[in-house]
Amino acid sequence: MRKTALSEEILLQVEKPARYIGNEVNSVVKNREDVAVRFAMCFPDVYEIGMSHLGIQILYSMFNSWEDVWCERVYSPWVDLDRIMRQQNIPLFGLESQEPVKDMDFLGITLQYEMCYTNILQILDLAQIPFLATERGEDMPIVIGGGPCTYNPEPIADFFDLFYIGEGETQYRRLLDWYVENRTQGGTRQDFLRGAAQIPGIYVPQFYEEMYYEDGTVKERRKRYEELPDTIRKEIVTDVSDTYYPLKPVVPFIKVTQDRVVLEIQRGCIRGCRFCQAGQIYRPVRERDADVLKRYAVEMLQSTGHEEISLSSLSSSDYSQLNELLEFLIEACGRKHVNISLPSLRIDAFSLDVMSKVQDVKKSSLTFAPEAGSQRLRDVINKGLTEEVILKGAALAFEGGWTRVKLYFMLGLPTETEEDIWGIGELSNKIAATFFETVPKDKRVNGKVQIVTSTSFFIPKPFTPFQWASMCTKEEFLEKAYQTKKGIMEQLNQKSIKYNWHEADVSVLEGVFARGDRRVAPVILEAYRRGCLFDSWSEYYKNDVWLKCFEDCGVDIGFYTTRERSDDERFPWDFIDCGVTRQFLLREWKKAQEGIVSPNCQTQCQGCGAGTFQCGICPTAS
Amino acid sequence: MKIRIKFSKYGIMKYIGHLDMMRFFQKAIRRAGIDVKYSEGFSPHQIMSFAAPLGVGMESRGEYMDIEVLSMTSTQDMKAALDQAMVEGVEILSVTVLPDNAKNAMASVAAASYLLQKKESDYPVDDLSGKLQAFLSQETIPYAKETKKGVVELDLKEGIYELASDGPDAVRMTVNASSSGNIKPGMVMDAFCSFADVEIPAGSYQIIKLETYTDLAGEFVPLDAV
Repeated sequence: MRKTALSEEILLQVEKPARYIGNEVNSVVKNREDVAVRFAMCFPDVYEIGMSHLGIQILYSMFNSWEDVWCERVYSPWVDLDRIMRQQNIPLFGLESQEPVKDMDFLGITLQYEMCYTNILQILDLAQIPFLATERGEDMPIVIGGGPCTYNPEPIADFFDLFYIGEGETQYRRLLDWYVENRTQGGTRQDFLRGAAQIPGIYVPQFYEEMYYEDGTVKERRKRYEELPDTIRKEIVTDVSDTYYPLKPVVPFIKVTQDRVVLEIQRGCIRGCRFCQAGQIYRPVRERDADVLKRYAVEMLQSTGHEEISLSSLSSSDYSQLNELLEFLIEACGRKHVNISLPSLRIDAFSLDVMSKVQDVKKSSLTFAPEAGSQRLRDVINKGLTEEVILKGAALAFEGGWTRVKLYFMLGLPTETEEDIWGIGELSNKIAATFFETVPKDKRVNGKVQIVTSTSFFIPKPFTPFQWASMCTKEEFLEKAYQTKKGIMEQLNQKSIKYNWHEADVSVLEGVFARGDRRVAPVILEAYRRGCLFDSWSEYYKNDVWLKCFEDCGVDIGFYTTRERSDDERFPWDFIDCGVTRQFLLREWKKAQEGIVSPNCQTQCQGCGAGTFQCGICPTAS
Repeated sequence: MKIRIKFSKYGIMKYIGHLDMMRFFQKAIRRAGIDVKYSEGFSPHQIMSFAAPLGVGMESRGEYMDIEVLSMTSTQDMKAALDQAMVEGVEILSVTVLPDNAKNAMASVAAASYLLQKKESDYPVDDLSGKLQAFLSQETIPYAKETKKGVVELDLKEGIYELASDGPDAVRMTVNASSSGNIKPGMVMDAFCSFADVEIPAGSYQIIKLETYTDLAGEFVPLDAV
């Protein structure tokens, strides 16, 4: 019978014990004697969030498809269990074997958002692994970071032995082979790291030192060994139709955020919105073949028993075979009572037709993401959506029976003025007015329309044209949210509009981490020591503790957030090569300031640099 | 066609709650390719009902659920397909076709039998068998049940049909499990502790449901024997 790392007494005491017992359908249990490498794959957040992540499922199935490797899952123990594990000195364990993480060869941690950084330290702490890579002994697991946050790994560089930059499918086999070879030869941890640093996409931060000017900006990077690469080029899967895919994903017992089959239809995005990091770092856009996806859908529904399937991509409407794929899914899923959950599609006659087939129109809502309130500012951020398109889409939708609309905007974008903020209320109002113009009184369900307008705060991210931009202070953010609210209140149809805004404190902190350097690491460590954990959960976010830690560590928040960077400033992340060049990003930054739009990859190649990967849309782009 | 499925739940699966077990079976039925009947509407769900929810921490050798199917080859095939879709800790024990006029599983439940197995030692009671007998032969068996509205005084006597020791480390009982008069085994044990003036913490024994019964003309028969 399966053993558990936690006693029955503990399991019956904590909330949702199913988070910690493993045994789920399609989870993989191997014989530890039969494998050469044991890999703990961690998503540093609670089980329900971590289990919803496609990337981990891809790597989990890839690793376990290799006979000599056993990959297990690890998630952040929730606060109730966290307390017990500390009190009783219980080491963090893998879900499959229920054995300590510290006894495994690797601990891989995926970094999907900056606000998980204290959770990394919780994982290391509970696993009984030293926080600093340089303090880890020979018998400790190699700690690897991956995911979007590794495009600026510097604020957390001290905590990792190595980072894998880019898509995991390509170099892990080589990395693990080198690990086994080094161990067989009797090589040390340092030997392994030195060899690993030679593998494409692998960055070993302890071999580099960052030097600063007196004004605090980066002066240069020094490397410890001559053979080390100066830049780390991201790894990329060139043919996404011929690679690993988790055809038997793990099926959780408890309800998780993404409780469905996920079909990744493409990687990358043609759009090039200037605030969006994903739109740059995942270039070039690569479509997965529709026939392959159809086969995946059928197999995955069979292997999981899920009752829902959804498509995943950055911009599904741009997928060229969308029509064909959806027709197949509607037919195949309808027969089996499987729901199709659609990602945010561009609202037009086609998507409305599809939506009306798979959703209850009365209950579902439509989503538009204009991101900015005026056409001028939408041009600045290169968001192609025009007011005309939005209003036309809304009118079509209202005719089709929809009565709920969600609108997403950002506050604090570069060059933003009061008129742009006023435009948020105005656009919301025009959509409400469109409803009353389009739908005659006797045909209005409940007699009304519901507009939910939400704003988040703009945070400049590395590898975007806005990486040079100044970010607002908390006070400026809150003033903008207040202006937005006021603007909405003054509209004729304000009763039909509900306004939500995001927390400002946490956005400022995210801004520091996003463009931080190695001097931020001690603040993260100190905040963790003073009890910060689960910072992305507002009920656990302790802003006052964070502010005190910055002060006590002598680190200036404004240096990382509000400061506008000069065109030639050296950034902490410049040593990473994501394909897209700095010259292209700077060109886009200048165009943004002049309000000039750039065509998307489909319309006209902008020479961003991703063409060097020679795959996806690039070889055929005009 | 109405189908009754009997299953056991043990080991690591005792940490999975009732609603999650329902979700587990909905997905298992899909994986097994059973031609189950769905409700109408935009979010159709499988027609499925459980006899009684089993609390987290309890094990069972006699759980039941009913489903409706549109077609099937044989109960053997269905059991084999379901077996393939299980995980460690859930076992399909039987698959039975119900008569069309059968009451649903939940409405059918009259009683359940349990084994209360002491985990690490024997029960701390001299002459366990004799004391249980003495306990059961009281005129009334008072039990103060805590509810949301306050404490309610119950008499368990009527609802305890059988109570005996099974060696020094186990107690067996058959009690009322109908929706109106359900008695939890822990309630009986608590009342016994007061009676015998001993302390037996709830966590010190494992509760295993042995069987769920329906009342067939005054006689208790297992739910799959109708």
